[in-house]
Amino acid sequence: MSITETSRPGTAGSAPAPRRMSERARAERRLGWWLAAPAFVVMLLVTAYPIAQAVYESLFKYRLTDPDAREFTWLTNYWVILTDGVWWRAVGVTVLITAITVAVEAVLGFALALVMHRALRVLRPLLRTAILIPYAIITVVSAFAWLYAFDINTGFATSWLSWVPGITEDTNVFGSFGSAVAVIILSEIWKTTPFISLLLLAGLAQIPNDLLEAAKVDGATWWQRLYKVTIPNMKAAIMVALLFRTLDAFRIFDNVFIMTQGAQGTEVVSFLAYRQTISRLEIGLGSAVSVLLFLSVVLISVAYIKLFRINLASARGEA
Amino acid sequence: MDERTTLRQKALWWIAGAAVLIYALFPVAWIVSLSFKSAADLGNRQFLPADAVLDNYEMILVGDAQTLFLSALRNSIGIAVIATFLAVLLSTFCAYAIARLEFPGKKVILTTALAVAIFPVISIVTPLFNLWRHIGLYDTWPGVIIPYLSLTLPISIWTLSAFFRQIPWELEQAAQVDGATTWQAFRRVIVPLATPGVFTTAIISFFIAWNDFVYGISLTSTEAARPVPAALAFFTGASQFEDPAGAIAAAAVIVTIPVVVLVLLFQRRIVSGLTQGAVKG
Repeated sequence: MSITETSRPGTAGSAPAPRRMSERARAERRLGWWLAAPAFVVMLLVTAYPIAQAVYESLFKYRLTDPDAREFTWLTNYWVILTDGVWWRAVGVTVLITAITVAVEAVLGFALALVMHRALRVLRPLLRTAILIPYAIITVVSAFAWLYAFDINTGFATSWLSWVPGITEDTNVFGSFGSAVAVIILSEIWKTTPFISLLLLAGLAQIPNDLLEAAKVDGATWWQRLYKVTIPNMKAAIMVALLFRTLDAFRIFDNVFIMTQGAQGTEVVSFLAYRQTISRLEIGLGSAVSVLLFLSVVLISVAYIKLFRINLASARGEA
Repeated sequence: MDERTTLRQKALWWIAGAAVLIYALFPVAWIVSLSFKSAADLGNRQFLPADAVLDNYEMILVGDAQTLFLSALRNSIGIAVIATFLAVLLSTFCAYAIARLEFPGKKVILTTALAVAIFPVISIVTPLFNLWRHIGLYDTWPGVIIPYLSLTLPISIWTLSAFFRQIPWELEQAAQVDGATTWQAFRRVIVPLATPGVFTTAIISFFIAWNDFVYGISLTSTEAARPVPAALAFFTGASQFEDPAGAIAAAAVIVTIPVVVLVLLFQRRIVSGLTQGAVKG
């Protein structure tokens, strides 16, 4: 774009006001682009470029230990993955973990948000501070805490829980699929519920108090007020929180890596991609898994937005 | 509401509050307790150590695991601080433009930031792993800092543009009427008003960088650049047969201290930053 326009003395008299306006607007636009461009370009460089590279490399049979044998094989890698039980099992485990964590967190997070919203004034800062600790703690640290709590050598949890049928002090929690996944899910819930509850708390705070008072005056019970007034009025906040958490849960990696390394059939999609690339140095296959994971995330987002008609812009009060 | 609560309601609130406190702090208390256990105590399968000792802290700070832990701590601090600084710097300009200036493409930028935020990071680990090896960025600080921007930039842009929308911009116009240029108005008037938002964004961004594990474990291989979360996965006991649990717990406690300090000091700001960036503008 070339801007050669200058305010010549001859034309200044004819239509000064619009000319000056448009030039200011143009300068503002230029400044806007200059200020926003670096962040925008960096975001594209660190994500769009690598994912394009991954799409390209996923079309090759390419192992890092044997670079000379690199060979263009079209979509063979995708065919190999999609016809392999390992991929579908990882998808199944990931979906299972995602579904349970999001469902539990929605309820638990809402309860936490209600407690924080309505708690006695002296309690509020204390609760907010406490709830931020799981949010801010390193996921790996949380994973180790839960691992060692249930571990057969170091853990106290099994003896504390020995009143539960099927659990004794010597139960090897990480020795079987069900219990290992259960602990992975527990640690995920513990760590990420605060985030969801803070988003819901913001939604709660936006509900006008008059509305609730009016419903109370009309004789609505606590449950009725919750279902008929509170929840419908914070639908946007709920949906945004659920969308973010679903996508986040679907990418689960740290907890699985620390607790089981995918043993006992607990491998998730992210871990599969990691294992192909970093452990087995299968760049072609690993890239294909990465691309498939990326497509899954896109699919989930589109499904959420279409199904629940989330307007992210309006949820932020932008529309 | 608060003024008319009965004693019974008050008691119920305290119980609910206590439940939340236990929920939030119990796993943290456990890892702290574990870090004070002696080697003999590690296998006692009790919540508390029989005898609280500092052996584990000694091991990672002055003992055998010293090089492993201290270099990882140095990497973590350096990388997280630089990645935070870069993200906040870039997003401050970007968010100012979005909140304040009229130009086409704002929506594209915000949508891109959102898309990057929900991006599965493991998907770009494979290509980066390969690329970094070719151009010599594998196992270096920049090799980790650059991908960290994919984590820290999007949330910084969203949080900051939400903060910036609430600034009374008339003040800037007043300064411009008084003869200041757009840039001067930005620097003299808006920067002081915007500092709390920038600061909050920096804290949230730091948490995210501090938390990273995927990049840390995939794009480093030695003590040259490996951050703490990744290093913890490589801890081993003093001998092959010794459980590294104690050392890991001690290291975990040390890297949790900065997080707890930031939360204690700035909880109100962190909450407003998190909720503004995600829910409302």
